[in-house]
Amino acid sequence: MLETKEPLVKSMCFHCGEALPGSPYQLQEKEFCCLGCLGINKILCEHNLADYYVYNDRPGQTHKEKNLNFDFLNEPEIAGKLVDYTDDQITIITFYIPAIHCSSCIWLLESLGKINGNIVESRVDFLKKQVTITYKNPNLSLKDLVETLFHIGYEPNISLQDVVKGQQTRVTDRKLIGRIAVAGFCFGNTMLLSFPEYFGLAGFEQQFRSFFGLLNLAFAIPVVFYSATEYFVSAWKNLKNRILNLDFPLALGILVMFLRSIWEITSHTGAGFVDTLCGLVFFLLIGKWMQHHTYHHLSFERDYRSYFPVAVTVLNNFREKAVALDQLNKGDRILIRSNEIIPADAILLKGIARIDFSFVTGESMPVDKVLGEIIYAGGRQMAGAIELEVVKPVSQSYLTRLWNNETFHIDKDGISTFSGKASKYFSIVLLMIALGSGAYWMFYDTSKALAAFSAVLIIACPCALALSSPFTLAAVLSIFDKNKFYLKNTSVIEQLARIDTFVFDKTGTISNPEASGFAFDGKIDGFQKQLIIDLARNSGHPLSRELVKWINLPAKFPVDHYSEMVGRGITGIVNRHSVKIGNRTFLGLESSKEANGTIVHVLIDECYLGHFRFTQKWRSGLATIINKLRKTASLYLLSGDQDHDRQSLVVFFPEENQMLYKQSPQEKLDFVKKLQASGKKVCMLGDGLNDAGALKQSDLGVAVTDDINNFSPGCEAILDGASFSKIPFFIQQAKDAVRVIHLSFGISLIYNVVGLSFALQGKLSPLIAAVLMPTSTVTIILFTSVAARLYARKNQLL
Amino acid sequence: MNMIFMLIGISIFLALIFLIAFFWASKSGQHDDTHTPAIRILFDDEIKNTDEK
Repeated sequence: MLETKEPLVKSMCFHCGEALPGSPYQLQEKEFCCLGCLGINKILCEHNLADYYVYNDRPGQTHKEKNLNFDFLNEPEIAGKLVDYTDDQITIITFYIPAIHCSSCIWLLESLGKINGNIVESRVDFLKKQVTITYKNPNLSLKDLVETLFHIGYEPNISLQDVVKGQQTRVTDRKLIGRIAVAGFCFGNTMLLSFPEYFGLAGFEQQFRSFFGLLNLAFAIPVVFYSATEYFVSAWKNLKNRILNLDFPLALGILVMFLRSIWEITSHTGAGFVDTLCGLVFFLLIGKWMQHHTYHHLSFERDYRSYFPVAVTVLNNFREKAVALDQLNKGDRILIRSNEIIPADAILLKGIARIDFSFVTGESMPVDKVLGEIIYAGGRQMAGAIELEVVKPVSQSYLTRLWNNETFHIDKDGISTFSGKASKYFSIVLLMIALGSGAYWMFYDTSKALAAFSAVLIIACPCALALSSPFTLAAVLSIFDKNKFYLKNTSVIEQLARIDTFVFDKTGTISNPEASGFAFDGKIDGFQKQLIIDLARNSGHPLSRELVKWINLPAKFPVDHYSEMVGRGITGIVNRHSVKIGNRTFLGLESSKEANGTIVHVLIDECYLGHFRFTQKWRSGLATIINKLRKTASLYLLSGDQDHDRQSLVVFFPEENQMLYKQSPQEKLDFVKKLQASGKKVCMLGDGLNDAGALKQSDLGVAVTDDINNFSPGCEAILDGASFSKIPFFIQQAKDAVRVIHLSFGISLIYNVVGLSFALQGKLSPLIAAVLMPTSTVTIILFTSVAARLYARKNQLL
Repeated sequence: MNMIFMLIGISIFLALIFLIAFFWASKSGQHDDTHTPAIRILFDDEIKNTDEK
């Protein structure tokens, strides 16, 4: 075992664990994949932080040289928006750092003070991937701090809109937990104080009866007036809007229980229902808490602002100045460096533009632009630095205009849920039974009329009913979570069960960005492939990188006389063979009919071998998904790309109008709208900014992403690309979840009927209520979570 | 038997103290991040070791 393992270990970078290149960088017998990783290791060793490598093997993330510019952090206006607190001594700031992934990360980030003494304190919140840093601002600027983080491989994701979330959710969460704590506290105490009454008190113990009763009442007061206030407020609001939901019978039940308890205890006619009341509120609040499932590291509300940088470099009389995006004006001359995003529609003035629009338009390959051409916002510059002149402000750009569409300003009113509909009828029936029984006893035994009326309202208080939905959905949510399918909230599950139309985006959604491939037209042998991969390894161009990944041979020969013409091709001497790969003009070939798609030609020793044709690979299991979904729903494909994949996709989408190419973001949105107008419930699956409109418009927008830390547009659900093949199972599970809710509604209704049979006879004692309410609740909780898990096993999700 | 009045009073008083302690903990943010401290507690000793070296 050991022998086979060792060479594997040796060929990995000491810092990040990536495969080593042919001639790795070395430092004190450690080998590194790139200068970046070596640099981090050096910094850490110098500052006595080598323990970083003790806690975990290869804890780092690859740090291939990237030149990033943090000059904009020196602008006080921008910096002021980012920091949490500042005075003339210290500044506190919270960064979101996607690279946080292990205990070494925590240890290193909390030891920042060793690297720079001006960092007073740093605290990591692991689940949120945030670090809060306190530093002395006279000696350390924000820019230097960010650069320090960047140099040790923890680049913060700086964005004004996103991620470092406001305190608001925390406060509401805390309030709910406080309410639960009070209700639980009172529940426990009242139960203890009620036991003597239930077991019977001897004659000489009668003095305790009123004492226990009054204590119970005292405990009921905070439960009714603090823990349960939301139910009264919500019931009142809904009544004013003429909506009957489950909160109404709940609030009524709580109120009646409280009033009747006061009357019984003060008039010494009974023990009251205080323990039932406290238990009811306690369980209800727990159900509410289950619904508040939050993902700390995910955001479902993003728009273009979190994709764009915070600031851009503006050239003013040849002087560079960082300017916040919203202050960018028409006519400004901006400088975009390699790997930066173009923030506004602009005209190219200087430099070679090779723009990756895959996220914006869905085009899979970078596009070359010539001087004077308009470049739309959202593209990422892949070649060197360029200069542009802004022609439209950021908010009016081709891409961002989409957000001004009315769709983005209307909150989606959730499709009415099953429990919403059922509770309306439940409330009406309940009121009728209560009034009926009151009227009945009026004729026969007036003394019992009020008792029967209130007993009905107490016993039929739909506690179990109110819990069946949240507990089922919360169980399903956590099952989905384990399968890397993250939903915004529980009501999304019921929407998922109703979907009858699926619309797919192509690039990045059904195609796998990780596993694109090449086909070679011509003749090539293993040795020649070796030469090509050794040459291509030196280039940062996306096609070269894809080629290296696809050929996948270890590095063998060094490369001499390497040169790269950005966006055209690369050349070099490998093992005494001259190797040239690139486009037709770069190799000096005669132009002839180009085949479809993206082509890389190969010339070795001035002899033309043929060309690589770039083909996209579909995500694994696409065929099975399509076949399964086709049975119950209609499917469509919308792509912003050219239609050179039509042939290979026609198998999946055989009908005439199923595939639409060259769709603009607006056209995608309109298409979804059209489907909805014909009564369809549409689920849109997309990944890029160009799908953002359609995602928002659809009944259920699912963002597909391969790295959930990356930007994903606003949506209802985020699906990890690795779980793409499980989509039919997710749908089935959602449908099963709805079935479980129906069943548990049935079960809780049985309990209600049993309780009602006591209440209608005017025989409801506090003991019966105290037994019935918790048993029904526990039954529902057990049934829903067990049933949801059994279905999940059937659906291969557990 | 009158002892019971006092015992119940004391027990409720104690329980109230715990309830208040819980509220204080919640308000001071001790429940905001329950994951990181569990990892953090494993670090201290080893840092001291390296310092001594």
